[in-house]
Amino acid sequence: MTLNVTDLSVARGGIPVLEGVSFALEPGRALILRGPNGIGKTTLLRTVAGLQPTLKGRVEGAEDQIAYAAHSDGLKPTLTVAENLTFWASVFGRNGIEQALDGFDLQSLRDRQAGALSAGQKRRLGLSRMLVTGRPIWIMDEPTVSLDKTSVAMFAEAVRAHLGQGGSALIATHIDLGLEAEVLDVGPYKAKPPEIDDFDGGFL
Amino acid sequence: MIALLLRDLKLAFRAGGGFGLGLAFFLIVTVMVPFSVGPQSELLARIAPGVLWLGALLACLLSLDRLLALDWEDGSLDLLATAPLPLESTVTIKALAHWITTGLPLIMAAPVLGVLLNLPVQGFQWLVISLLLGTPALSVIGTFGAALTVGLKRGGLLMSLLVMPLYVPTLIFGSEVARRGAEGMAVQTPLLLLAGISAASIALLPFASAAVLRVNLR
Repeated sequence: MTLNVTDLSVARGGIPVLEGVSFALEPGRALILRGPNGIGKTTLLRTVAGLQPTLKGRVEGAEDQIAYAAHSDGLKPTLTVAENLTFWASVFGRNGIEQALDGFDLQSLRDRQAGALSAGQKRRLGLSRMLVTGRPIWIMDEPTVSLDKTSVAMFAEAVRAHLGQGGSALIATHIDLGLEAEVLDVGPYKAKPPEIDDFDGGFL
Repeated sequence: MIALLLRDLKLAFRAGGGFGLGLAFFLIVTVMVPFSVGPQSELLARIAPGVLWLGALLACLLSLDRLLALDWEDGSLDLLATAPLPLESTVTIKALAHWITTGLPLIMAAPVLGVLLNLPVQGFQWLVISLLLGTPALSVIGTFGAALTVGLKRGGLLMSLLVMPLYVPTLIFGSEVARRGAEGMAVQTPLLLLAGISAASIALLPFASAAVLRVNLR
């Protein structure tokens, strides 16, 4: 399933932040988004994920194909690691969380409450959720925040395996994951401030 | 869908889940009323249906701000919105979970608390029936209010103000059923209206809740 984004403009809080973004993400490929803070990477990802409407342009091939990982992991502190994962697996109509637990080295923590995990462990649990969704397109927003070096390698391995199975990934990150991925710098797509048509418009 | 319901119930019963909050509030209100009104059993018997209904309604209201706000704060709501589950069914399940953890305990406790308020014997049956018919509407309307205010920090006050007027019809007809039942009068008209309000809320409001939730997630 190819994800096609054509001439996309996105807005945050009613203000356009990016305009004219186009890319195609084919199965087996990864696309890394780069750009300075506040440029609109998160807004772009949320729009592609269907969480907010586009201002202009089209997103095709995303419907019911994407798994989205945001800044926050959506974990419930009073549920155990295994319960959290099992819940997301059944929401996506899948079962079997063993592979996800193995992939992110969470087997030894499976009966620990998510509230008792460290920040990095929480992140690993949040990322392992992607494995239980079974969705082909991963959309991830700063996935490596609070991960140590080993965990970053673990994550890169998981993404590589996912790409190997014909999946694809759209990742906003600042660090080098060691993936063979195209890089899209969204800096040049920054939306221009709207023209002021009337010179005293600001006073009205 | 079942998974979401089970998760919400599990969360409610675990430590800090908020189960029992509404029940405890209901208990406190109805136990305190005889102290504040004084030892006049015939007056208590007259106001009992209204007090019990008001207590149940406020208890429901008290637990609403956790309904969606917790899922919003930890990001689960975003993830649920991208899951295969339509938001309409998500909010319906949330309302159902709220009813099971708040409404159902209230219904079970109401007859016991009715004794404290000297509720006439023939009134117990109608009190329970009116609560059974009315509390689902309270949960569904409350979910709508929670969806409206989900992005707001400390939105509890605004939500109470928004939800209160929507609760009024349910309160009027619910306590009318309980009152008429207690006085041995015919209850058919308010009972039908109460059932109608609940049925309409359950049928329509999940769509409204999902729509405002989509707007709030932007």
